[in-house]
Amino acid sequence: MTMAEQRILSPAKPEAGRLRTALKLLWADKPATVAAVFLLVIVLCAVFGPMLLEQVSSRQNLRGRNAPPFDLAKGWLLILGGDQLGRPLLARIVVAASNTMAIAAGAVLASMLIGSALGLCAGYSRGRAGDLIPRLADVIMSFPSLLLAVIVLYMLEPSVGNIILVLAITRIPVYLRTTRAEVLEVRERMFVQAALVMGASTPRIIFRHIMPMILPTILTIATLDFAFVMLAESSLSFLGIGIQPPEVTWGLMVAQGRPYLTTAWWLSFWPGLVIILTTLSLNLLSNWMRIALDPTQRWRLEMGGRKNV
Amino acid sequence: MSEPLLDVRNLSVTFHTARGPVQAVKNVSWSINKGEVLAILGESGSGKSVSASAVMDLIDCPPGEITSGEIYYRGKDLLTMDRLERRHINGKKIAMIFQDPLSHLNPVYKVGWQIEETMVIHGTARAEARTATIALLDRVGIPEPAQAAQKYPHQFSGGQRQRLMIAMALALRPDVLIADEPTTALDVTVQAQILALLEELQRETGMALLIITHDLGVVAEIADRVVVMNAGEIVEQGTAAEVYANPQHAYTKRLIGAAPGKGAIHDNPLGTEPVLRLENVSKNYAAFQALKGVDLVLHEGETLAIVGESGSGKSTTARLLLQLEAASGGRAIYQGRDLFTLSPKELYKMRRDIQMVFQDPTQSLNPRMTVYQLISEAWQIHPDILPRAQWRDRVALLLEQVGLTAEHMHRHPHQFSGGQRQRIAIARALALEPRIIVCDEAVSALDVQVQAQVIELLDRLKDEFGLSYIFIAHDLPVVRDFADRVVVMQAGRIVEQGTTRQIFEAPREAYTQGLLAASLDPDPQIQARRREARLAQETV
Repeated sequence: MTMAEQRILSPAKPEAGRLRTALKLLWADKPATVAAVFLLVIVLCAVFGPMLLEQVSSRQNLRGRNAPPFDLAKGWLLILGGDQLGRPLLARIVVAASNTMAIAAGAVLASMLIGSALGLCAGYSRGRAGDLIPRLADVIMSFPSLLLAVIVLYMLEPSVGNIILVLAITRIPVYLRTTRAEVLEVRERMFVQAALVMGASTPRIIFRHIMPMILPTILTIATLDFAFVMLAESSLSFLGIGIQPPEVTWGLMVAQGRPYLTTAWWLSFWPGLVIILTTLSLNLLSNWMRIALDPTQRWRLEMGGRKNV
Repeated sequence: MSEPLLDVRNLSVTFHTARGPVQAVKNVSWSINKGEVLAILGESGSGKSVSASAVMDLIDCPPGEITSGEIYYRGKDLLTMDRLERRHINGKKIAMIFQDPLSHLNPVYKVGWQIEETMVIHGTARAEARTATIALLDRVGIPEPAQAAQKYPHQFSGGQRQRLMIAMALALRPDVLIADEPTTALDVTVQAQILALLEELQRETGMALLIITHDLGVVAEIADRVVVMNAGEIVEQGTAAEVYANPQHAYTKRLIGAAPGKGAIHDNPLGTEPVLRLENVSKNYAAFQALKGVDLVLHEGETLAIVGESGSGKSTTARLLLQLEAASGGRAIYQGRDLFTLSPKELYKMRRDIQMVFQDPTQSLNPRMTVYQLISEAWQIHPDILPRAQWRDRVALLLEQVGLTAEHMHRHPHQFSGGQRQRIAIARALALEPRIIVCDEAVSALDVQVQAQVIELLDRLKDEFGLSYIFIAHDLPVVRDFADRVVVMQAGRIVEQGTTRQIFEAPREAYTQGLLAASLDPDPQIQARRREARLAQETV
């Protein structure tokens, strides 16, 4: 084919620094670049926010109760308005980033690692584990996740660690099932057989040949799940078994603003917007990553944004 | 002469890809008359299917764009016609059948209903359509047509499915039937039957038949005229016999020259030292016996071909030998040990000596690894072969030995053509310094010219590295050019084995004779003689 020939004729690129190549590929996808910058800001807020704004965010100011946004008269901190106790929303959002990120990232990471590891075992082993592990997923899925959370958090302390634990357990089946299904398919591919013929060990086949093929799918699910976990955490907080005030998360802020929706929409709106933007950014970034990680797709980015008409 | 039935004039089609526009066909003109069989011959990427897709309105626009040209059907231009009118012609007047019938039959409907439906859509009464369907099924050679109409597509064999597709295409009595690689996925004997059926139907109905193919043999068997395409352009056209006997264009000459089955048969003195011996090997899948006691010997430095149709057990033999599956019985003796009873550790050592080249290099090379990673993985797995410091040089050397260059090593498989990919797969097999290489249909997915190159490469490497090959193939002409000895398999048994000369010149078993008679020769004259012989036999 002519296109294949063109690609072969183009001179081989010298091996540039990995970071530089990655940044160049990121720059080629402008929405992903914006998303990456936004996420970087959120992460910085999560790390440094509590240190800088802890005091300000918890100081009550009853004169500023439900202060409307975009009013600079009461100081720049109240630019996004104040909450029901007059605490500045901007500062609270920045501080809440810390807890929110810790819970969401912790739960997603834990469920991803455990779920996909179990899925790999279930998909690759032809023995009893292959039959038993999927049943484990069925057991978890047949149990209403909220009920599980209520029971666990009633018995244990509703701390950040325990919330992560509960959310992680309820999300494991998603990764387990997807990974298992993908492994079952990839395992039968010719290149896996070719590796077997060369004498490759089981870990090599799993980590060198199967993992790279299923990783993009898992990462995509993980970013979608990130949003789900943030919302699940807020419903736990709403029931009073999640994060306990004065600790704060975005989900809790949305829940706390609910009674005032008709009179002061901004109480729920701003934290809601941040949740949406974070999720959106993660999705854009994961989409970029899926393409950048796949050598057969990467040229779309290397082309420099010219779209396939 | 009267106006041609279908007339394609100066057709150019461009596909807009991310790498800029690619002209798939450039100023292509051909025409087909009533009652004529025209073949469009070309290798993959030559644009042979594009003009037929344009006729059937199957080119997706935007990515594709018809930039110039007209397509006249009975004097009317299809490209400027309105949608409704065009739909009446497509399917009804011009019908098409495809390479893979399974993906073109809806799996959830009964086949009889699907054929009826085509007629009902175009205005036939249901009851009438039902009788017509059964008559059609009978005509295309489906046994027990009334019962067959009540079955689902998966209940038919590949050849029968292609017959169903033909029945469906013929349901509306088209003037033109376009067949895109109709027999490529089929076994040789089934291919011969389908081509004979197409020819018969064409003669009976007087329709025009357009065959798109890469196979000179198919052209020789069925076509009156042939259009040869290369890189989107028509390089030559004429009657099939004329083009074969007296090709004008350099490309056609190369194509005909590369056709397998014309070279000298290997008459090497046979090695006497057996490297590998299979004894009474069998394999059962539940109640199904895939292999029923196979005995064979591979000698030192020999190319042993295993031929047979799909389901004959030839690939199963390879899979057992490489321990991709466990055998149900028998022994495989290599260096005094039974391969089937090795411990995992011994098996790992044995892997070095017996390697495999798979059919489709697109699938057998991990798409996420570079060529360097693919080849050097062999030494990661077997670290005692080569110290890490020498990997780079050895990869470069291996790439040169298979006809690539050292600078290819940092690219990914998708950046290569099919033939180059198969060379990479061969280099990977050689990296372990094996003694035996099993080639499972290793050249079947490649174009004729590339096939010839890869065969030549394998032949050269055999002497350089002192290899023995087990060459599994369904394509007899390739086997004739390449193998020293041939084993013919059918339904899990070996029916005949002997030197290549014995098998090709004096086959003893009826099955082998049938297989040889069904395989197509690229020479139209030879093919015409075979056809006469076959017809004579049928009338007797």
